[in-house]
Amino acid sequence: MSGANGIPAERLVELYSQMVRIREFEERVKRTFAEHPGVIRGHTHLADGAEASIVGSVGAIRDGDQVFATYRCHGYPIALGSDTAAMMAEIYGRAGGICKGYGGSMHLADPARGFLGTSGIVGQNIPQGTGAAYAAQLRGRGEVVLTFFGDGASKQGAFHESLNIAAVWKLPVVFIMENNSFSATVRTEQEDANAAAGEPLSMKAKAYSIPGVTVDGSDPLAVHEAVATAVDRARAGEGPTLIESLVYRLSAHGNSIAPPGVPLHYPEHEAISKYGAVEEYEAAKRGDPIPRFRAHLVETGALTAERAAEIAQAAQAEMQHAVDFGLESPFPEPHEALTYVYA
Amino acid sequence: MTNETTREIPYIAAINEAIHQEMARDEDVVFFGQSVGNNPEDPFVKAFGDGRVRVTPISETAEIGMAAGAALAGKRPVVDCTMAEFLLVAMDQVVNEANRFHYMSGGQVKAPLVLKAGYGFTAGWAGQHTGSIYGMFMGIPGLKVALPSTPADAKGLMATAIRDDNPVLFLHHYLLTLEKGPVPEGEHLVPFGQAVVRREGADVTLVATGWTVGHALGAAEQLAAEGVSAEVIDPRTIAPLDTATVLTSVAKTGRLVLVDQATRHSSVSAVIAAEVAEHGFSSLRAPIVQVTALDASIPYSKPMEDFILPDTGKIVAAVRQVLGAGVVA
Repeated sequence: MSGANGIPAERLVELYSQMVRIREFEERVKRTFAEHPGVIRGHTHLADGAEASIVGSVGAIRDGDQVFATYRCHGYPIALGSDTAAMMAEIYGRAGGICKGYGGSMHLADPARGFLGTSGIVGQNIPQGTGAAYAAQLRGRGEVVLTFFGDGASKQGAFHESLNIAAVWKLPVVFIMENNSFSATVRTEQEDANAAAGEPLSMKAKAYSIPGVTVDGSDPLAVHEAVATAVDRARAGEGPTLIESLVYRLSAHGNSIAPPGVPLHYPEHEAISKYGAVEEYEAAKRGDPIPRFRAHLVETGALTAERAAEIAQAAQAEMQHAVDFGLESPFPEPHEALTYVYA
Repeated sequence: MTNETTREIPYIAAINEAIHQEMARDEDVVFFGQSVGNNPEDPFVKAFGDGRVRVTPISETAEIGMAAGAALAGKRPVVDCTMAEFLLVAMDQVVNEANRFHYMSGGQVKAPLVLKAGYGFTAGWAGQHTGSIYGMFMGIPGLKVALPSTPADAKGLMATAIRDDNPVLFLHHYLLTLEKGPVPEGEHLVPFGQAVVRREGADVTLVATGWTVGHALGAAEQLAAEGVSAEVIDPRTIAPLDTATVLTSVAKTGRLVLVDQATRHSSVSAVIAAEVAEHGFSSLRAPIVQVTALDASIPYSKPMEDFILPDTGKIVAAVRQVLGAGVVA
């Protein structure tokens, strides 16, 4: 675990608390499939295992900065301060949802907190974050944009086009690739030339003459330090950075895809179901960033066991409220489907 | 909405004038593309600086995706995409991103941007740079599509597109580029979703877009000499599409000929034909006839190119057909 780099103990506990809340929120999403069958429709994607990467990154920006993410998007708005009850209601398709039931799990948005909208198409948010960074450059107030995507997205033309133009224009954007070792169900080394050669994916930055950094994404302090450095560089007008944040997704890519009538659930992780890598998966679970960061904070005296228990209880109560609010929130009126076609 | 002082300028100059005037009016309007502002003497760069006016790499997905992101972040980007076919390289960003963000966010965000592209360059550009491919965009929710046929409309529709809070595909016809016409000097806005009657008539309704409007008017002139009175309608925007003006005209004439440079099954005419068949059937005194491009890629060689495309003679023949088919009252 990296050192705190002058981050006050109370701030470290806050980052830990965000990790716990993200995990608890997503556990309740997962449990909803069993406890309230049919309440969640379509596809959800969980970020368990990436919480340290999310809070370490988002913790390195300030008000006025903006964030673009992928369909695996529950964690970022929680770290930005969005209302978890409205988020759960959105995933339940209710009028009280953060997007009033128009978007669902894959399309969360909270522009008041800098979360401007989420594309469900792999890699397509990368130029969008780059364009928001162009807007920030024109505003001239030193604001930056974080653009998150997976390792799979780095095989999209959108990724390469965006890194090139962001580098040429010196745009204030930080490209954060969360490498969770799988592109949906395919192992990274099966489809990535750098991985196949045993090299880090961050070396793609060399092609665009920008800094490329690989960081342990299960260490929030290491992520925070790398992102803060990249953010400083972006704010100073020196251009983009590519950060490869190594995480291990602890759930399957998403819930099962099934026709109506078949109950949805979270299947076994691909490491086991496709590749039989039981020990690899068990090791990843043992490396779970949440107990790891908790142990670090307790060891360094920033957190007591009692405070940790309070944080866990508070997260459970908050997400129980989110589930209750979501279930109680009414459905939108059907005719509302024709609202918002045009702005 | 219109300053009445006009002068004759080319269609392309009218488009540039609208962009220039809107950039002067609103500092959030930015303009970029592969051939935009690539030298310090460029008039846009000189007027607005090299921040708001930028040349881009040949990266359609990044250009259009960046426009979406900049629009979400408060700008009003105008992207010069050069040719309509180049949009296909970035199809997801054109039809599945910016146009859906307002909706998917429950109205929280908006993405005002303009994609400017030329189409219909049937002047020997062969198969991949000549298409009239608007049919694949006109049914996309959240995306508006403008097809100006005159210099004045080119200016007025571009100005309206830039002020619109939605993504707009502004498709200018390459064969009209240097055509001159009267254009208001100052602010000039043409509303979206309002067709214009280019020529009034009583016997048959002709609907045409872009370059084919001129052919329809030529056919109407020729038919007038034969004693046939043709009404010519130009929808101007095809999303939103003003079907009411067409239905009103058909209620009067009872006959409809649809002219379209697109291939038949990907045309505006197919959509209008369906709307009139459903909502104006009782007015029709003859079957609807569509004069579209034939179902082939555009060939290089001129005699074959001419064979594929609608022209004045084909329109006149179609009108004679619907008049002949008419039930004598």
